[in-house]
Amino acid sequence: MSTDAPAPHTGHPVAPRPRPPRAFRSTDDRLLGGVAAGLALHLGVDKTYVRAAFLISTALGGLGVVVYGALWLVLPTDTHLELRSPGLEAATRQGKRPGRGRRLEDVGLLVALAAVGIGVVVLAQTVFGGSVVFWPVLLGVVGLAVLWRQADEAQRERWVDSTGRIDFVRAVAGAGGTAAWVRLAAGVGLLLSALVLFALQTGQSGQVGVARDVVVAGVLGVAGLALMVGPWLFRLTGDLSEERAARVRSQERADMAAHLHDSVLQTLALIQKHAGDAKTVATLARAQERDLRSWLYGEEPAPDTSVASALKAAAAEVEDSHGVPVEVVTVGDAPVSERLRPLVLAAREAMVNAAKHSGADQVDVFAEAGPHATEVFVRDRGHGFDESAVPEDRLGVRNSIVDRMRRHGGTAVIRTAPGDGTEVRLTMTTQRTSSQEETG
Amino acid sequence: MSATTGMGPTVPSGLRRSVVVVDDHAMFRTGVKAELAAHPSRVEVLGEAADVDQAVAEVTRLRPEVVLLDVHLPGGGGAEVMRRVGARQPQTRFLALSVSDAAEDVIGTIRAGARGYVTKTITGPELVDAIDRVAGGDAVFSPRLAGFVLDAFAGSIEVAQVDEDLDRLTEREREVMRLIARGYAYKEVAGELFISIKTVETHVSSVLRKLQLSSRHELTRWANDRRLL
Repeated sequence: MSTDAPAPHTGHPVAPRPRPPRAFRSTDDRLLGGVAAGLALHLGVDKTYVRAAFLISTALGGLGVVVYGALWLVLPTDTHLELRSPGLEAATRQGKRPGRGRRLEDVGLLVALAAVGIGVVVLAQTVFGGSVVFWPVLLGVVGLAVLWRQADEAQRERWVDSTGRIDFVRAVAGAGGTAAWVRLAAGVGLLLSALVLFALQTGQSGQVGVARDVVVAGVLGVAGLALMVGPWLFRLTGDLSEERAARVRSQERADMAAHLHDSVLQTLALIQKHAGDAKTVATLARAQERDLRSWLYGEEPAPDTSVASALKAAAAEVEDSHGVPVEVVTVGDAPVSERLRPLVLAAREAMVNAAKHSGADQVDVFAEAGPHATEVFVRDRGHGFDESAVPEDRLGVRNSIVDRMRRHGGTAVIRTAPGDGTEVRLTMTTQRTSSQEETG
Repeated sequence: MSATTGMGPTVPSGLRRSVVVVDDHAMFRTGVKAELAAHPSRVEVLGEAADVDQAVAEVTRLRPEVVLLDVHLPGGGGAEVMRRVGARQPQTRFLALSVSDAAEDVIGTIRAGARGYVTKTITGPELVDAIDRVAGGDAVFSPRLAGFVLDAFAGSIEVAQVDEDLDRLTEREREVMRLIARGYAYKEVAGELFISIKTVETHVSSVLRKLQLSSRHELTRWANDRRLL
């Protein structure tokens, strides 16, 4: 889990979770354009406050709308192709996980915001009086907002297009679904009705004439068009690099998938050949499962940077070479420093011993990295041994585990009895002041 | 992984538990049914379903004691099934089965109301034990789930912030979770801590309740980071 605490030994070892260094518009958590949610994430405050701030500043002179619009124009959307495991991404896309769908509390917020919005409208009307300009302007703004949203959808559609070619019709109308066209039509309709309303009202109240209406209508129309195409043009440049990165990533994934499918085929072939040998089949299946699982659902940092990953990698090796499943459960994580490397090596040795000598059909490994110490437990339910009966020259336990830990300032406690399994408990305290810790 | 080393053998309660299997993979459903069929005296499979709508219909119609629920399910996932059935049928309990060990799936499923979480590599007898345990109102914690729980409740929390005991584990509960994460069966946990199995079960159920109900800031943020709430 990612705790933002400064302690280096909790949370993710390398990077907690890639926070956007600059502000983005949120595509997942938006009511309108995602500006408020994106800004809230960037500033680290609750999005409701940001939204409220926008509303209040809108009510007090309309600054909020201007700022919101400006940010909407300027801020790019967040990187939509998240760095998540492909298995979860696929399951989310296919609607097999709860996720994107709006929840009741979102609707509640929406209702509240709508109420405030209506209040703003009423307030504006009482302050400015039933101005002739007000409703046309409001309608126009709503129309433009719809068009803007449309442009965003188009932008998203374009991401999906893996060929990277940009189609203008697609850009405006999205994938061309009925909903997209209806929205487009609604936006244009609102824009037009705003123009007509404006023309009618000015026509009635003033005698300035049709000419001005036409000019105004024309200007508004052009502005509307510009706004319609504007965001698309504006963000085009910014999107290109992201698109390229996404393409590279998807190619990498395709290669990876091909590799995995290939390895699955190999494994299946091997399983057929060893159909009579239950143990080999189980080992093969297990190795393959691990492979697939880490690809589909894993978000593992590289083994040389994180204790948890290093232990998992060690467990995988032991599994493969000794054919005994090794289950690793980790809580917290720490970087593999000079101080913790011996711990990982000793744990590996303990796993090897358990897999090789205990006769157990499974080895359990539990690691907990806390702020003061990192502990690893390696446990099997095998036949155990009599500690005093182990000859002095048995290098495995004495040298690799106990002495190694002691040499590096840690402890190793072995708890075993014949017939009662073995548990090796390795502890390494964290010396915060030690400068060598940072070298890992 | 054989997720249930933490469970150990249960004394058969002598009751025959009724089960509905919900999974979108027909092959897996068949496999589970075959495994459960080997224990006809303890488990009876009433029916099966392949997506959320079907699952809700079947569970409402058949009223099983336990629903074996896949976490990833077309129509909104297993959590959606629990949301739609949950309140109406409190006597039906859910045991989540998944091939994914993603932390957000595991915690999310428990928070949605499941009484336990096991991975699909669980052996037949272990699954039967787990079903029995869940049907009896207990929680089924695998080592991995215990690890996630410790992670979720990790970190110090200022006492002022804690307005309810829901927001943190007691020292005893943490000990129990750590032992389960180390691969201890309930019985072994009981022996290690000099308490009865019943007490271990009480602790585990209490942790489950906290996991489901806690509004702890850390837990919420942790979940939020993974877009879960």
